[in-house]
Amino acid sequence: MKVAIASGKGGTGKTTLAVNLAAYMSESERVVLADLDVEEPNSSLFLKGEVVHKEAIYTNVPRWEKDACSNCGLCQKVCNFHAILALPAEVMVFPELCHGCYACSELCPKDALPMVARKTGELRQLNVGSFQFVEGRLDVGQEQAVPVINRTLEYLNDEFPELDTTVILDAPPGTACPVVAATREADFVILVTEPTPFGLYDLTLAVDLVRDLSKEIAVVVNRFGIGNDDVFAFCEESSIPVIARIPNDRKIAELYSRGELVYRKVPEVKRELEKIRTLIHEYSRRTVF
Amino acid sequence: MKEIVVISGKGGTGKTSVTASFAVLGGGDIVTADCDVDAADMHMLMDPDFAVSEEFMSGELAVIDHSLCSQCGKCARVCRFDAIDLVNGRFRIDPVSCEGCGYCARICPEKAISMQEQKAGDVYISTTKTDAPMVHAKLGTNAENSGRLVAKVKNEAKRIALETGRNIVLVDGSPGIGCPVVSSLSGADYIIFVTEPTVSGLHDLKRVNELRKIFDIPAGCIINKSDLNSEMAKQITDYLDQEGIQFIGNIPYDESFTKAMTNRQTIVEYDGSETGRSLSEYWKTITEQLMQGEK
Amino acid sequence: MKIAFSAQGDTMDSMIDPRFGRAAYLVVYDDESGETSGFDNQSITGVAHGAGPQTSQKLMEMGAQVLITGNGPGGNAQAVLRKTNTKVFVGAAGMTLREAYNAYKRGALQEF
Repeated sequence: MKVAIASGKGGTGKTTLAVNLAAYMSESERVVLADLDVEEPNSSLFLKGEVVHKEAIYTNVPRWEKDACSNCGLCQKVCNFHAILALPAEVMVFPELCHGCYACSELCPKDALPMVARKTGELRQLNVGSFQFVEGRLDVGQEQAVPVINRTLEYLNDEFPELDTTVILDAPPGTACPVVAATREADFVILVTEPTPFGLYDLTLAVDLVRDLSKEIAVVVNRFGIGNDDVFAFCEESSIPVIARIPNDRKIAELYSRGELVYRKVPEVKRELEKIRTLIHEYSRRTVF
Repeated sequence: MKEIVVISGKGGTGKTSVTASFAVLGGGDIVTADCDVDAADMHMLMDPDFAVSEEFMSGELAVIDHSLCSQCGKCARVCRFDAIDLVNGRFRIDPVSCEGCGYCARICPEKAISMQEQKAGDVYISTTKTDAPMVHAKLGTNAENSGRLVAKVKNEAKRIALETGRNIVLVDGSPGIGCPVVSSLSGADYIIFVTEPTVSGLHDLKRVNELRKIFDIPAGCIINKSDLNSEMAKQITDYLDQEGIQFIGNIPYDESFTKAMTNRQTIVEYDGSETGRSLSEYWKTITEQLMQGEK
Repeated sequence: MKIAFSAQGDTMDSMIDPRFGRAAYLVVYDDESGETSGFDNQSITGVAHGAGPQTSQKLMEMGAQVLITGNGPGGNAQAVLRKTNTKVFVGAAGMTLREAYNAYKRGALQEF
């Protein structure tokens, strides 16, 4: 069972929810938390544990072999991403622009552009006590988040294939390619929002995206008590269940600022997490049997 | 002309609320560009009129003409993105997985595959409630390549600034450290970081600052919700010192931001807010020092 | 010698475009023949990434040995300009191309 936690915009409490939910559920069942917000992986700031696995994530990019090259210039013509420049006596490769399609490499008549591995990120697995935590992290200066997300998902599938394990995916914010990569394998998606005009607008975008991927959606409203009722009205009109309301409380913000788990100190949060856990189980019974 | 870009790394630090406040303070003299195209929220505070809109085409997707396809399967073999599958005896391209590299189209022996430009979103040129031009966009969901859209929004804003003789382009930058934020930063004269004193606020500030250093652009920082965790706030100001980033000032934890937002206002328009007054000072400081360099 | 400018228009009276990779126009002035030629660079500025290297390549194709611009080109563009042996002079923002050319001749522009 994979549950993605996503939001149309950042800072709605997505990571807080993912970390607290994983910690809470792991008190009574098998849970894996995966941070797929590879541009800003923050879950680990709230978790302490021992690194049990670490690997570099590589993507393949072409490398110019001067001696083999006939300077025909085909490589630049076939690259849709402007990652290759064929000068009269030299080919320059701009690896951070490369999407790894292999067209230049495989179409080169002289095999002068072999693909070589280049590190673009890192994957770590931590044993944080009651559960396992897996994190993908994009190196600063790299632009292609999707390969790092894909490798992290692949690792999760290989290492945690058991049906009785709940894998919680902390997805990147927004509605662009990285979110799609992170949520497409999820069985269902929890969208976190705030009851404000910004929150509502971003939620509507996120709902459109998740519906495009044909995923079931549930909403968690964070900072419940501020703003207005528009988010609730929208969810009702769209037949999306609001499964939990995390109260607006300065104490929660303070605990978060120190990197502490919130539910252990704020009983209302624990109560809301229990609602989410129940729903995940109901959903899993419906789909598995 | 000077270009100021506001970024945060982490979402939810109040970046857009701060940028919109500055846009209101800048009044009719600036051009605003909302480059946070993934979550383009600024229009809710600036009341733009969406006067001019233009479709934004971005990226190509491969499309198979089945009347020409000979089912040889070469396309599926060369595709590194697993975007081509045999479904019910026909090769089919999954538009979500297709990266638009064009490799399949290039090698198809029947020329059955063409690359078609996709509509990624709309770009709008508006006049806001402060009578200032604003360039903003709405990215279609699941649209790829928001980096180029960011470049488009920024370039339009700069063009308007040049044509109308306005001196400042104020950019609400994209989150993260990936391609959209790289596009937001390129060409900037000054970066304003908006962060918060939380472990993740500092963590993301450090990451996005690494990116700033690659571009070598001067920067300042505003700490929002500064009283939430004074120890963390101190760690941030120490970090700013060490990195040569100007500390612009603090904003306390203030629920007036949300109250103002619910009224579709920025905090500088919200009655008697202390935060609004601080922001006015910060804007003045930033613009004065930037304009000193301009002859 | 052919001298190139990043420009906002396509004549010697146009203003320098301080950006290089995303310059609106490239203008090449041949100071032996007195001829100028302009190139509308907007097809290149439409790309999200890689504009700098593309513009550098265009300069090489236009035969320029010197580039006069405002800000310095970015890292990728610099790498290409080095390979193509193009000398870069910066600090011409706010000048017309003619003023920038004269400043270059006087040695008033900084080599990048």
